[in-house]
Amino acid sequence: MRLPLLRRGGQGPAGDVARPSDLLPVAPDGAPAAPAPPREVIVVRRVVKTYTLGEIAVHALRGVSLSMEHGDFVAIMGASGSGKSTLMNIIGCLDLPTSGRYLLDGVDVRGMAEDELADVRNRKIGFVFQSFNLIPRTTALANVELPMVYAGMKPKPRRRRAERALAIVGLADRMDHMPSELSGGQQQRVAIARAIATNPAIILADEPTGNLDTTATYEVMDVFSRLNAQGRTVVLITHEDEVARHAKRVIRLRDGEVIDDHRLSPVDGPPPRLRGRAEDRGAS
Amino acid sequence: MIRENMRIAVQGIVSNRLRSALTMLGILIGVGAVILVVAVGNGSSKAVQSRIQALGTNTLVVFSGGGFGGGRGARNGTLSQRVGITSQDVTALENKVNAPDVKALSPVRNASSVTASYNGSTYSPSQFVGVLPAYSEIRNYPVGSGRFLTNDDQANNSKVVVLGTTVVQNLFGTANANPIGAQVQFNATTLTVVGVLKPKGSNGAQDQDDIALIPLSTMEESFTGSTTPYSQLAVEATSAGTTNAAEAEILATLDADHHITATSATQFNVLNQTSLLATSSANTHTFTVLLAAIAAISLLVGGIGVMNIMLVTVTERTREIGIRKAIGARKPDILSQFLVEAVLLSLLGGLLGVAAGLIGSHFKIDGTKPVIVPVSVVLAFGVSLLVGLFFGIYPANRAASLRPIDALRYE
Repeated sequence: MRLPLLRRGGQGPAGDVARPSDLLPVAPDGAPAAPAPPREVIVVRRVVKTYTLGEIAVHALRGVSLSMEHGDFVAIMGASGSGKSTLMNIIGCLDLPTSGRYLLDGVDVRGMAEDELADVRNRKIGFVFQSFNLIPRTTALANVELPMVYAGMKPKPRRRRAERALAIVGLADRMDHMPSELSGGQQQRVAIARAIATNPAIILADEPTGNLDTTATYEVMDVFSRLNAQGRTVVLITHEDEVARHAKRVIRLRDGEVIDDHRLSPVDGPPPRLRGRAEDRGAS
Repeated sequence: MIRENMRIAVQGIVSNRLRSALTMLGILIGVGAVILVVAVGNGSSKAVQSRIQALGTNTLVVFSGGGFGGGRGARNGTLSQRVGITSQDVTALENKVNAPDVKALSPVRNASSVTASYNGSTYSPSQFVGVLPAYSEIRNYPVGSGRFLTNDDQANNSKVVVLGTTVVQNLFGTANANPIGAQVQFNATTLTVVGVLKPKGSNGAQDQDDIALIPLSTMEESFTGSTTPYSQLAVEATSAGTTNAAEAEILATLDADHHITATSATQFNVLNQTSLLATSSANTHTFTVLLAAIAAISLLVGGIGVMNIMLVTVTERTREIGIRKAIGARKPDILSQFLVEAVLLSLLGGLLGVAAGLIGSHFKIDGTKPVIVPVSVVLAFGVSLLVGLFFGIYPANRAASLRPIDALRYE
């Protein structure tokens, strides 16, 4: 199935990014106008990705199949060269599979043109990168507003949403700071605020703690856990076991194939670390 | 989106001040040079035109004989052919049927080697001419003080003279002296000064103020006699637009009067101010276009500078482009971002260039006062924008075509 893409700015407030102003994702039965979104937000079927470097064909993915549900918190693990970055590029619609199918929130990305993919990324994916990737010399607030600028939102609601997203990650008092004036942990939290501002179907984090110290790592993972507890789908790519332990489900890749896929806690419950703390609090 | 792009562009330009300033300098020089060169060309053409116009725009001067100076030679020609302008010719030309486009005319008699003396100072005016009262209007010789020659002067052979300022200066010591009423000796004849002409300056070839004018009748009675043909005929056409028609009518009338049947055999020459004006402005125009073309090339070079800097900027911001694309920027979004920056660079350079051109035109350049041509300002500025757009397209397109995964990986 393939949903028609909404033209930016052309469809008025009914446009996708202007879904209920609440930043929380829509409950499956909460959007009467749209068809009920599928329970599975990510469906990857026999995806193969082959690069040609000169005359050598590199098989980065050799037929990966997996699916992820709404509200899940998935960690994708693997050593370098395992194909996890390639998988993340495909899940993030930055790249298209050589063969196989990929459905993101019910939208088949097969054969999409570059600008269509850009729209899908804009509306359905919130990216968090290892090196934060904020735009330099641009305030935290303007950075968070950026995806909504490309979505064609009007300045006022855009600003309101950006402020709320920054408040969610605990940076309401740092809105006018430049990235260079923020610590690594704070920059990554700005990046998370940017990722959630458009209310995407998934938050896709590529080694989000790779450049952070222990304290900042804890801060950032805590934010992810809380977002997931509020119902957001989080896909995390990491090679650190400590980080993966925050997830509800861990998928391991090796040589372009899934070698392990196990669940740490149920999709519907709170993420393991938050549950742990809740139990701690309950015990004390 | 446009506002966002403007913000990004301004930020990009401000964060690389020196680089942006140097790039703008290229455009500035191009635009300023075009405006200034055209202004100088226009200024010099205006100066030449005003000199020619000072002679009288609808003025025609008719000579007899082979060349412009042929009037005197014709006097010695064979009289049987009646070559030379006579009073009969004047009567014929005054007839509106023969020459409907002639408004007024005055025969002119020159007397050579006439020396004026007053209170011991002597001076020989380069022009000592006998004319009719209409001459003042025909040749655009307004009177500064006193009066011009009148019909009464002509009828009574009055012994009066109107002097140019150069003559006044040489006879009375200073150009500001008031010589009205003074008795000045011209050869053996004493003439009373009745007026002084407004100074006209040089027409490029001669000092137009080095002149003394007396009634034609007085000239014939006391200096030249009336048997010889006139030196020349000063004619005023009804308007600047009819000078060419008047010229044709004059030649036809004179040829008929002198029984010259073939136009190629004509003995008369007409000096037409309008055609002189046209020739001179055509010359300056060619010259201006040539110089402006060279200036325009420097504008092109400035545009290449813009392109160069934009390519550097795109390379520097590859990672930023990757981020923007990852979070949903489409190709046109990135394209317009860099195009706006390129156009803004050349726009600022163009504005500064216009300012430089306008300021530069306040100064005299090689003796010429530049006169700004508004069209050249608009054109140079417009072209600078187009240059920014044209040379911005390639770098912007390069940025927009980057693949997000490659751009994100760029260090």
